[in-house]
Amino acid sequence: MHNYTIAQLIKGLQNKEFSSVELTQHFLDRISQLNDDYNAVITVTSEQALSAAVLADQRLATGDAPAMCGVPILHKDIFCTNGVRTSCGSKMLDNFVPPYDATVVENFARDGAVMLGKTNMDEFAMGSSNETSFYGPVKNPWATDSVPGGSSGGSAAAIAARLAPGATATDTGGSIRQPAALCGISGLKPTYGRVSRWGMIAFASSLDQAGPMARTAEDCAIMLNCMASFDEKDSTSVNQSIPDYTASLGNSVKGLKIGIPKEYFSEGLDPGTEIAVRKALADFETQGAQLVEISLPNSHLSVPAYYVIAPAEASANLSRFDGVKYGYRCVDPKDLQDMYCRSRTEGFGEEVQRRILIGTYCLSAGYYDAYYGKAQQVRQLIQQDFSDAFKSVDLIMGPTCPSPAFKFGAKGDDPVAMYLEDIYTIATNLAGLPGMSVPCGMVEKKPVGLQIIGNYFDEARMLNVAHQFQQITDWHNQAPEAAQ
Amino acid sequence: MNWETVIGLEVHVQLATKTKIFSAASTSFGATPNTQACAIDLAMPGTLPVLNKQAVNYAIMFGLAIDAKICQESVFERKNYFYPDLPKGYQTTQLEKPIVGRGSVTIQLADGTEKAIGIHHAHLEEDAGKSTHEGDLPYGMSGVDLNRAGTPLIEIVSEPDMRSAEEAIAFAKKLHSIVTSIKICDGEMSQGSMRFDVNVSVRPVGSSTLGTRTETKNLNSYKFMEEAIEREVERQIDLIEDGGTVAQETRLYNGDTKVAKSMRSKEEANDYRYFPCPDLLPVLVSDEAIEALRRALPELPDARQKRFVSQYALSDYDSEIIASDSNMSAFFETVAEDSSNAKLAANWVMGELSGALNTAGLSFIESPVTAQQLAGMVVRITDNSISGKMAKQVFEAMWQGEGTADEIIQTKGLKQVSDSGALEKIVAEVLDGNPAMVEDFINTDESKRKKKLGGFMGQIMKASKGQANPQQVNQILLQKLNALL
Repeated sequence: MHNYTIAQLIKGLQNKEFSSVELTQHFLDRISQLNDDYNAVITVTSEQALSAAVLADQRLATGDAPAMCGVPILHKDIFCTNGVRTSCGSKMLDNFVPPYDATVVENFARDGAVMLGKTNMDEFAMGSSNETSFYGPVKNPWATDSVPGGSSGGSAAAIAARLAPGATATDTGGSIRQPAALCGISGLKPTYGRVSRWGMIAFASSLDQAGPMARTAEDCAIMLNCMASFDEKDSTSVNQSIPDYTASLGNSVKGLKIGIPKEYFSEGLDPGTEIAVRKALADFETQGAQLVEISLPNSHLSVPAYYVIAPAEASANLSRFDGVKYGYRCVDPKDLQDMYCRSRTEGFGEEVQRRILIGTYCLSAGYYDAYYGKAQQVRQLIQQDFSDAFKSVDLIMGPTCPSPAFKFGAKGDDPVAMYLEDIYTIATNLAGLPGMSVPCGMVEKKPVGLQIIGNYFDEARMLNVAHQFQQITDWHNQAPEAAQ
Repeated sequence: MNWETVIGLEVHVQLATKTKIFSAASTSFGATPNTQACAIDLAMPGTLPVLNKQAVNYAIMFGLAIDAKICQESVFERKNYFYPDLPKGYQTTQLEKPIVGRGSVTIQLADGTEKAIGIHHAHLEEDAGKSTHEGDLPYGMSGVDLNRAGTPLIEIVSEPDMRSAEEAIAFAKKLHSIVTSIKICDGEMSQGSMRFDVNVSVRPVGSSTLGTRTETKNLNSYKFMEEAIEREVERQIDLIEDGGTVAQETRLYNGDTKVAKSMRSKEEANDYRYFPCPDLLPVLVSDEAIEALRRALPELPDARQKRFVSQYALSDYDSEIIASDSNMSAFFETVAEDSSNAKLAANWVMGELSGALNTAGLSFIESPVTAQQLAGMVVRITDNSISGKMAKQVFEAMWQGEGTADEIIQTKGLKQVSDSGALEKIVAEVLDGNPAMVEDFINTDESKRKKKLGGFMGQIMKASKGQANPQQVNQILLQKLNALL
């Protein structure tokens, strides 16, 4: 059962080939047998999952259940779950049990999806390797000496290891697409505002966006149908009609204009990765799509702008973790100042502290204009680059990340090298555009991801094109040895 | 040297919305600590703010009331600092693009002159919670109550246009009058609904540059504000005359102990690292929305004062006092309309009733005597059913909840006797019963006879159990006595 896609599981459930309880138990068993090898899941909610599965089976019996009903999934531990610890990968929230559900969690529960547990992640979603988690690193199922990517590394690794058919994730600078690429699965970061941020612990509010991770584009479409919603509780949620993302999966790619940004194939791109991505593009051409070379001239500014804006917002977003109301509080504080200092020093890991310091610095009197103000201007330029590009092309494609999964510790001492992991993904967050990664090859037995960037709210077309690619390729069906 | 005082005010006004500015929690005052704070107010992880549209409307109404520019796009920013009663670690406020731009408020001074005080801007923001360091908390711990956290405020920032404590108080009172008249604030100063930060500096008379200012924060009564200003002015002048300089600093004034002290110097001031709040969209206000609010704006105190003069023929003084208080105005108007005697209505509302309410610590809304009841009594004074003296008794009984004026007049038998036949009979009886007094009256020199009338009046009132109409008795008495001469 664990080799089925969500689409296949839905058929099986609706045709009564197996029950949701059986399916849920199967994945719970796999998690208990295999998770120690990957550390992808940090909280397992067996009892809750099984009772949800019982209810799902009752709904399925009526013959009128939503698509996701009875399908087991995992939630990234950044989404608040009522009554279930939500740590955000941090010691700071190791003891935090929210009394409310994130809208994303609510949407899946509404449709009867079964939560198996919560996935590991970089602390507060700050990282590209899952090495910053308080709960230890996640191992890449394709090569356990290598990182799964981050920050949604737990969700990606769990899907690759067949511990769940799908999982929720979030993407602030590439945190869905990069781990999807490194773990050989499919992942979509929707347009900013498409999925509610209510109950999703904020890293950088103007960049954070939740999206689905699964093995196939079709599964991502099924999940996005459930996740996407207008939410009055999130002022940045966009009230725009939501299409059925599965409806257009079968459309042909003939005549599609695909923009290939020359900046995404320059220095720093691993040759093996480039070969795999170019092969994928050639596949599209064979199917009748047209490749158009384009330029995104301000691409080189995206990483620096991002590492001003994201830490600036994070520095304020993380101020609430002060030891006063919930979360970690240091032992025996001498006074208020001591409580603040020690709670935050002991409760936050190194990378989180680094980003809080960067953000605080960038917003300080006398530096604001030079850093934050400038970065916002760059953000405008980057948006403009994309909107110019979309005047002549339907989609943009390129590599998701510069190279396949690297070994643990390889970039540990060099934050900037780590930040460059997201060089191709960050720009879409700055522009608020949707981005996707689908597997498109292997380099030394490690997966390579193809990135698909769409125009605002063009997720249906991206999913369609990715699905069509998966009709003629087999990369998404490959599984790491251990998971077979 | 002669010194000139320069004062600017920052006024925090709590808006009278039912719910908080970014959450659905109640804003009502006085609840058990932390029972009116929801997940958003507690800054629980993953929660997000949603702007209360009523708070925006109230801010716009204030802007319209002071004839200010309403900004069609205003932006919320985060003001970052750590404090236990600031749950998010930042206050959501407005800085670069406030909702209300420049405006002006006219104040009336004791000498009858008027002065315009400039408003630099007014912006929307959320209130913080409260830290408590007293009470029964164990181990010397401090308490945090987040009921107030997220209460909507407008902060009104004046120009440094005031030159004395008197002007500052007049300005503060005028703002109070405006915000309560347009009903965007309950005006309860003792509950912190209006709080004043006072910026004070001094300079030699004739100088055009401003001296170094200090800011005294969080004053919540006119009396404390006046004391704080006067002490601060004196302190600064003494300091400069002794060869010192004024340091820019934030100060606190304790109205109970009358002690003012420095809280923090400019060097110790926080770097608030303001930046636009990414969780909230810019607030866009259309011309149509502004016009709709303008049309619905309740009457402002100045207009009301003028109307009271023309409609009810009140004096400038009376109309000023009544019009400045919207509740008192509403009360007065009901009494005046229902009784058709505006002058008497004004006297009773400003006099007896105000005094009684003041003593009891009640507002006009909470008055035990309703406007209709008071009007009923004014009617009986006007139609001579009761005398002014009886009215005081009737008012007292109404205050005690003994019923309407007519009921009280009935049960207490207070009805004034104005039947001339009955009165003539009483007067005749008193004259007959007191021949010595009558003799004395006749023998008294004409110029002094008037003084002798009091004695007869006392007897007559006693005989009538206080119910005789004094004016009528006076007439009949004079008539009868003169006839004996």
